[in-house]
Amino acid sequence: MIEIKHLTKEFNDKSGKVVALRDVTATIQDGDIFGIIGMSGAGKSTLLRCLCLLEQPTGGDILLDGENLVRMNGARLRAARRRMGVVFQGYNLLMQKTVFDNVAFPLRLSKNDPAAVKARVTELLEIVGLADRAGAYPSQLSGGQKQRVALARALATNPSVLLCDEPTSALDALTTQSVLALLKKINAELGVTIVIITHELGVVRSICNRMVVIDESRVVEQGDVAEIFAHPQSAIARQLILGGAIKEKEEG
Amino acid sequence: MSEFLSRYGVLLLNGTLESLYMTLVPTLLAYVIGLPLGVLLTVTKPGGFMETPQFNAAFGWLVNIFRSIPFMILMLFLTPFTRAVMGTSIGASAANLPLTVAAAPFVARMVEQSLEEVDGGVIEAARCMGATNWQIITRVLLVESVPSLLRGLTISTITVFGYTAITGAVGAGGLGNIAFRFGYQRYQQSVMYASLALVILVVCLIQTVFGHLASKADKRNR
Repeated sequence: MIEIKHLTKEFNDKSGKVVALRDVTATIQDGDIFGIIGMSGAGKSTLLRCLCLLEQPTGGDILLDGENLVRMNGARLRAARRRMGVVFQGYNLLMQKTVFDNVAFPLRLSKNDPAAVKARVTELLEIVGLADRAGAYPSQLSGGQKQRVALARALATNPSVLLCDEPTSALDALTTQSVLALLKKINAELGVTIVIITHELGVVRSICNRMVVIDESRVVEQGDVAEIFAHPQSAIARQLILGGAIKEKEEG
Repeated sequence: MSEFLSRYGVLLLNGTLESLYMTLVPTLLAYVIGLPLGVLLTVTKPGGFMETPQFNAAFGWLVNIFRSIPFMILMLFLTPFTRAVMGTSIGASAANLPLTVAAAPFVARMVEQSLEEVDGGVIEAARCMGATNWQIITRVLLVESVPSLLRGLTISTITVFGYTAITGAVGAGGLGNIAFRFGYQRYQQSVMYASLALVILVVCLIQTVFGHLASKADKRNR
């Protein structure tokens, strides 16, 4: 379970103080596929960067299974990070390493027996459907395949939570569907809690069970996905959901 | 032609080998010193993952000072130091010292430039996986930049090779020394041309071999 409590993040810009997150509070239950949706610049990426501690929050707490990540540093923080997997929009794979070595990377960071690493990587590549591409380099893969490698890598250390930053934004519609199906499978079969940041409503609707809507650095709405889609309360959610429905009708 | 070769062949061959010795040894030593310096320059700069701006600025200045001294002057300036350390200031081995001192800051900047090309997203990904700073340097930065580092090595090697001509002119041997003594001081045009041809040949060879290694090492263009 992740509890986000009164999270605030301010940046010092040349033009002065910029508030990226304002008093964000949300709870992500074990087993959730949790969607964080908002327009560009709403603060959703900052929220994810705070969750994986790439940014130090200005205020507030992030509790992972009751442990406060914000107060951690050094070895304890590194250990906590191994319990979270992160998937990025731009994949962020090592371009000079094979698919196998990319997936093995997090396992080799802590001393692991090579035979165990090999077994684990093979198993992960089976899960994401890339067992036959273990020796390929990222430049030889399609976008969807690269994201599958990134997913396998994020799952290597058996994390309880998978944080995904716009995981499908660089992919076409069909590839998006297959990556989302894979995320759903990972959630169902491995019991990994998934947090997805996205600006695509379709992503939330197709796989999330709970969601928050972020607008102008704050949470404006949160709850059950079906509930919010049926009865959006906030102006921005109405605009996103009803606006989206109108657009879909026009496109017919 | 055969008369020329029998008179100067051995001299030119030895000169080429001496030049290569004075190139490869200092280049190697310059990387031993310059590679860690380049890493330090990269990771401590603002926005780097071990950000320490004051140190970076001071250190950057120090590197720039050494970089800005023309090699000829640096070499003469270091002569007493060279004599103290190497026992002599004459000969190819003695020349290795000023060559290394001149090349190390150059190499540091070349390395810095290569490491900067590494995508920041990959470094962040490694941090998210719980990598230590040392692991990020050894398993991400230095691994992802290998092709670029090899291209930098090509340029560094050719630069040091160029420096050896200057050390040669003041008594360190090598092709520069031959061109100076025979071609310039004794007006032997043929020796001048021959040493020039050898210089061009060596530079082309370094460029081709190292360039080939660099593109072979790069897994992005497969």
